[in-house]
Amino acid sequence: MSTFPISIPRPVHPTGVWGWITTIDHKRIGILYGITAFIMFISGGIEATLMRIQLAGPELDIVSAAVYNQLFTMHGTTMIFLAIMPLSAAFFNFVIPLQIGARDVAFPRLNAFSYWTFLGGALMLKLSWIGGATDAGWFGYAPLTSVAQNPGTGIDFWIISLQVLGVASLAASFNFIVTIINMRAPGMTMMRLPLFTWMSFITAILLVLAFPVITVALIELTFDRYFMFNFFNVANGGSVVLWQHLFWVFGHPEVYILILPAMGIVSEVLPVFAKKPLFGYKTVVLAGAIIAFMGWMVWSHHMFTVGLGAVANAVFTVTTMLIAVPTGIKVFNWIGTIWGGSIRFTTPMLYSLGFIAMFLLGGISGVMHAVSAHDAQQQDTYFVPAHIHYVLFGGAIMAILSGIFYWFPKYSGKMYSEKQGKISFWLIMLGQNVTFFPMHFVGLDGMPRRIYTYVEGMGWEFWNGVATGGVFILIIGFLLVIDNIGRNWRNGKPAPADPWDARTLEWSIASPPPEYNFEEIPVVRSLDDWWATKQGGAHKEIPASGGSGDEGHGIHLPQPSYWPMVTAIGLFIAAYGVVFNDLIVPWGIAAIGLVIGFVGVYAWSFEPVNDPEEDSTH
Amino acid sequence: MAQEHAAQIHGEHEDTTTGLNHRKMLMWAFLGSDCMFFGALIATYLVYQGKSLAGPMPVDVFDIPVTSVSTFVLLMSSMSMVLAYAALTKNNLKGFRIWMISTAIMGATFIGFQVYEFSSFAHHHVDINCSSPGELTDYEQHIFDEGCSNGEAHAESHEGLKPQTNLFGTTFYTLTGFHGAHVTLGIVWLLSLLLLSFKKGMITPEKNLDVDLAALYWHFVDVVWIVIFTVVYLFGVFPGF
Amino acid sequence: MDSGERKLMQLNKIPKTVFLLSIALFALLITGCYPDHNQSTFDPRGPVAAEQLEVFWWILIGGFIVFVLVEAALIYAIFKFRVKNESDIPVQTHGNHTLEIIWTAIPAVLLIILMVPTIQTLFYMYEAPKTTKPEHTLEAIGHQWWFEFRYPDPSNPEKEIVTANEVYIPVGYPVAINLESVDVIHSFWVPKLAGKTDMVPSEGNFMWFEADEPGEYYGQCAEYCGTSHANMKFKVVAVPENEFNAWLLAQSNPAMESSDPLVKEGAGVFKSAGCTGCHATKTIVNKGSKGRVGPNLAHVASRRDLAAGMMRNANENGSLNDALLQENLRIWIEDPEQVKPGNLMSKGAQVYTDPDKKLTEEQISQLVHYLSSLK
Repeated sequence: MSTFPISIPRPVHPTGVWGWITTIDHKRIGILYGITAFIMFISGGIEATLMRIQLAGPELDIVSAAVYNQLFTMHGTTMIFLAIMPLSAAFFNFVIPLQIGARDVAFPRLNAFSYWTFLGGALMLKLSWIGGATDAGWFGYAPLTSVAQNPGTGIDFWIISLQVLGVASLAASFNFIVTIINMRAPGMTMMRLPLFTWMSFITAILLVLAFPVITVALIELTFDRYFMFNFFNVANGGSVVLWQHLFWVFGHPEVYILILPAMGIVSEVLPVFAKKPLFGYKTVVLAGAIIAFMGWMVWSHHMFTVGLGAVANAVFTVTTMLIAVPTGIKVFNWIGTIWGGSIRFTTPMLYSLGFIAMFLLGGISGVMHAVSAHDAQQQDTYFVPAHIHYVLFGGAIMAILSGIFYWFPKYSGKMYSEKQGKISFWLIMLGQNVTFFPMHFVGLDGMPRRIYTYVEGMGWEFWNGVATGGVFILIIGFLLVIDNIGRNWRNGKPAPADPWDARTLEWSIASPPPEYNFEEIPVVRSLDDWWATKQGGAHKEIPASGGSGDEGHGIHLPQPSYWPMVTAIGLFIAAYGVVFNDLIVPWGIAAIGLVIGFVGVYAWSFEPVNDPEEDSTH
Repeated sequence: MAQEHAAQIHGEHEDTTTGLNHRKMLMWAFLGSDCMFFGALIATYLVYQGKSLAGPMPVDVFDIPVTSVSTFVLLMSSMSMVLAYAALTKNNLKGFRIWMISTAIMGATFIGFQVYEFSSFAHHHVDINCSSPGELTDYEQHIFDEGCSNGEAHAESHEGLKPQTNLFGTTFYTLTGFHGAHVTLGIVWLLSLLLLSFKKGMITPEKNLDVDLAALYWHFVDVVWIVIFTVVYLFGVFPGF
Repeated sequence: MDSGERKLMQLNKIPKTVFLLSIALFALLITGCYPDHNQSTFDPRGPVAAEQLEVFWWILIGGFIVFVLVEAALIYAIFKFRVKNESDIPVQTHGNHTLEIIWTAIPAVLLIILMVPTIQTLFYMYEAPKTTKPEHTLEAIGHQWWFEFRYPDPSNPEKEIVTANEVYIPVGYPVAINLESVDVIHSFWVPKLAGKTDMVPSEGNFMWFEADEPGEYYGQCAEYCGTSHANMKFKVVAVPENEFNAWLLAQSNPAMESSDPLVKEGAGVFKSAGCTGCHATKTIVNKGSKGRVGPNLAHVASRRDLAAGMMRNANENGSLNDALLQENLRIWIEDPEQVKPGNLMSKGAQVYTDPDKKLTEEQISQLVHYLSSLK
């Protein structure tokens, strides 16, 4: 095979930092995703803390109105696009190939590209704090995003970084769809897929179909801002409501993109620590698929007060209420899973049980929103942040924490401190309820959301004070989590291959897994195959520790590559070039970025997966 | 046995769970995504159809015969693409190259038509004889009312249709522009494959996946155009269509 | 079986505990409702808000019951099935179709029942009931960050009466409100009278409400609308019909002229400093005409709040307090940016942008006197 005539030597078994930069190993990329997203989660948490301090009492002046508006916009955007989605992606990367018995994802280099692109988009968004971040809300309702209303670069950074993040998410989703369909071990039929993989699969499909819609909406907004197009220009007949439709046609599936992986994690953890198979596996899978499908028919419930008319609101009331049915099924099946089991209260199990308890509350307040007649009172009050935090914090984040501890032995090869884990669980459990439950009260008490201050005498002081207090409990809880993970990752007790007596394939190999994952591709005979294997008495020898390369195994893995990162850097430069399009030469920087990106893509597509010299035994 | 990554595999039998090639599946997933992309653009166009506050409107600028010709050329390019692929699988590399060139040329012709169309729309001007205006569209009537009120002989407008002019301009240029960008990317792709075919062993009857994928993309872009032509052009000019 | 019976006996005790616990929990939950607070949704003073609250009680009680039952089942399972012996392997049940069908059907039926009152109320919200009483309509227009209100002029159908931030309605009448916005999306919300409806630029919206008893009702913009979104408030003042008619008549005429020389000088400053560019001091305008950039000040001194509900000019009992008004006016005119960040006046008026044209202490005093005379 001939290579592309660019003579940069291919990285061969790089070590240290270069090993991480050029890596295309799904496990390493998963860890990179996880760490980056966790840092972003902390940054979003700092933004939230500042907001809560500002609202601790009436008429406080900790931050200005302008800064506060940037804070809640960045908090929302960060938590959704830079924290929860990539934290889920971290698990997709690390877990899916292991669960389906594959040695990597279908497109390892595309996977690396996804990560670097995500990192670029994330940095771009967060760096926009310098010089003023966007302050139009994470939903960016037109015409607040117009040049007339918002002449600064904050909105531009928001638009362009979301586009960059979209590229990363789409690339990753294509990759996982193909991986899950096409790289399953022999015998791993779709209806034997572990639940987490199933939910990830549905999430990836949702993402592939939903993201183009926000891409188009953002393109339209870009053209309005940069070239004075009329998409959302009321003066020329444009409709600002169109933005809301496009945004929520994406935005509602997005909600399920955030929660389905979380449901998948919980559906893995509960059976393992209850020592029982998932109750009604097929039903849970089907419920997930139905949620994903119906997720497309409910977007206008975000717009009950926009004035779409009684008939439209009635239709969306019906669909929205019905989507609670498959969600309810899942909750009941989870309880069915632990019912009659033998429950071990490990940290991940606690988080998963906490997930059910909290998510249920969020689900019920969700049905309250669906009661559209009263939603006219709830909409845009603190009742809504209360709901979304029960769903996204009590739901998604709790499940992600569950996953972080559940797979900790697998990705770090060490054991975490169970005692510390449990203390942090109870702190976080307490902290979130103290923080978010009072928001129900102030919401129904008439406090609008997104206000930077409120006056004395409205009766909102007490519960706002309580909510702010809760944040500090959360902070202590998360510091314990970080300490637990950070310290034990370095100095923890070495983990056995299967510390939980688990059920799925990732526990049939060493902790951490060798680079090639499976020395021999497993043959799957049933759902929860690893459990069945163990119960059948056929105890397999698990290599004591992970190997570090392909030496001695004759297993050929795709080699590291520079090009995914080069392409991502090109995209990053082009994105900056679009925001600063009049710097030096008009659109010059964007053009340079595009050229770098194209060189990257070309070099990449002409680079063989394995160099022939390295591939001599093939 | 070494784990094989299908990115290297170009044969008929794939070592994948479904037997389908990874890249082909990726292509289908991408096209599904792209459907939603054009779906959202077309939806925007339809939402704003007839909502422009000022002209020119579709009836003023569209020249259906001209666009029909370019549509026909694009459709024929799809056929040419099929022939190129067929020639390749029959080991007729020369035929493959000829049909690839012809596909690219027809694609480029389509783009040429689009460039011409965009520029003629942007410079669209109206010149109405005030004494015998004949049958006027709403936009022309508006110019007539403005320009002929004081006894002038002619009423003129050189405003043209730009993306900034009205909602029609905004949505039309965005939708067809993105389609044009897809076609352009397709041409670059086809030409890259053509160049590659001169390198020994890069494209062979067995290693035809690269061509197969490009063909898939090309046909998709064609199908999208048929939708656009129907929705934008035909619906725009024949209201009862 | 012995153990089975024991299990059953234990199960019998549970409902009672759960019941008592949930009563306590619900009581705790109720402490979160504050009907006496200004913007509480638990204190409806009109039929629309009352209907909305009624459906909320349905879902709140229903949701609460579901919550208690499911959490009870969860907690029961957690305690009941905790590990006793590490090596025990429970029965590997894979599911139960009957159970699953039951717990699919029950929520579905409950939700369908819930849809009925919801949708009924939804349609009720959208059309003001037809009454034999004279119809009251008004127009509310959102601005960054204040509310403009317009009433049809009873004496001339071609004219409208303009006011701002304080809107009077007659008690006992359904009031139809047309909503508009001149800049971004706002949302019109008076929690005690009705849920909110958005004010979407160029796409008019409609809502109606009725006040059952006289009073001053708090309203606030509920859709994020930029820097001072938090500072965009208004009041609905419901008064008996005759009082309403008197108020409307008073509004349609200019304020009584004062003979105070300070006021006269203030009127001069009001013109020379360019205030009139944005603020009108007469209230009658042509129907449908575009409003001024700033709030109408013709009767600013008759309003109980200044700067869109930000500063209170009234005593506890609601009567106007001139001293407070003058103090507030002074604070506002001296540095509006300090009061309401991002407001158009401090960004656009020359007296604030051009240091040479800055208002002197004397001019401010004169303006305060003039404005506080506009009753």
